[in-house]
Amino acid sequence: MAKKPVTFVLNGAERAAFAEAGQNLLDFLRRGVGDLTPKYGCGQGGCGACTVILDGEPVLACLTLAESVAGRRVETVAGLAGAAPHPLQEAFMAHFAAQCGYCTPGMLMSAKALLDRTPRPTREQVVEAISGNLCRCTGYEPIIAAILAAAERGAGA
Amino acid sequence: MIEAVETYATAEEAARALGSGGALYLAGGTLVMAEVNANRAPPRLVRALDPALRQIVPTSEAIRLGAGVTMAQILGSRDCAVLHEVARQIGGPQVRSMATVGGNLFARNPYGDFAVALLALGARAVLAGQTSPRPLADLLRDRDRPALVSQIEVPRPRDERSFGFVKLARVHPRGASVLCIAALLPREGSRLRGVRVAYGGMADRPVRAAAVERALEGNTLEEATIARAVAVAAQGLDPPTDALASGWYRREVVGVQLRRLLERLARQ
Repeated sequence: MAKKPVTFVLNGAERAAFAEAGQNLLDFLRRGVGDLTPKYGCGQGGCGACTVILDGEPVLACLTLAESVAGRRVETVAGLAGAAPHPLQEAFMAHFAAQCGYCTPGMLMSAKALLDRTPRPTREQVVEAISGNLCRCTGYEPIIAAILAAAERGAGA
Repeated sequence: MIEAVETYATAEEAARALGSGGALYLAGGTLVMAEVNANRAPPRLVRALDPALRQIVPTSEAIRLGAGVTMAQILGSRDCAVLHEVARQIGGPQVRSMATVGGNLFARNPYGDFAVALLALGARAVLAGQTSPRPLADLLRDRDRPALVSQIEVPRPRDERSFGFVKLARVHPRGASVLCIAALLPREGSRLRGVRVAYGGMADRPVRAAAVERALEGNTLEEATIARAVAVAAQGLDPPTDALASGWYRREVVGVQLRRLLERLARQ
């Protein structure tokens, strides 16, 4: 089985790794590149746990062909925090928006994709933005509250 | 297990590569990569990088959509305003930034809402390497036969308010369709002329609702007409039973949804 070298930008830094034929971006990031922040939930596009941002758009890493990101920009939760946690991460902590935490990386990336384009979203826009992300334990209310609070603090500005 | 991913510069080359069989065309990935992940895909994947596949070209008569145009692109295009209501109801944001117009034509139940809207709008599909477009109904009928769609031509309704779409889902705000209905109800004076109504989830593919169209055509869109159309909403159809709903439920509920859509179109 042929492996292809893939060079892309991960959280602002150029990275290169070999992608297997048919390998999805989630598996490539986790096993090939070592970024374990995107999570495997369903592998079918139903849960959103693997959400990453590709050239500014939220996508499902499990349904993205790894080699198709060559030359493109990928953002994951690993790139969110600088010296201090990202305002979205602060807000998720302050609002108890993570219980088991498994959906959190996907929620954070969906929220970031929203705030990058819409720094002051309405509640309805927040609900829409995370409508592709399943949470089975925290409950959506604290997550919505956290995203709205982060927006108020200028997370998307 | 995928043995090879073949990437071509043009849709024509990709279509030729598909012709030899044992391959799936990969566009947005929402359907095909799910098959790959489940180990149900054939050994070869074929892709095309043709920029024309991602283009939206508006003309005075029609909107020409490259088959690789995504739902997010549709929502970002003012020329596609008539399709915004439909694209908004497909998947969540991640799916919308990946799922393509062309892929939706090949989506099995409970997916494929966009194809239903295109069928109602009288869209036609151009196959890669060909120039003359085919009516969508033909393509949907033989969609098991390998074919690569390169472009979809969507005729512009004279009045965008004559088009409407309704989707019934069990999970909100975004779930897969139990069924969906798209209707184009152009008027000449007070009479409906050139009515097209299409259903998703009511057969193994998007289909026209022939009895409903007959009940509406040539009449005024008033309560008595709506009642006659609703009475025949499920006529001639044997909707499938699946994990989302039984065929019985779909037959029961399609008239309710049709009434809501027709009443809304009568008001707008």
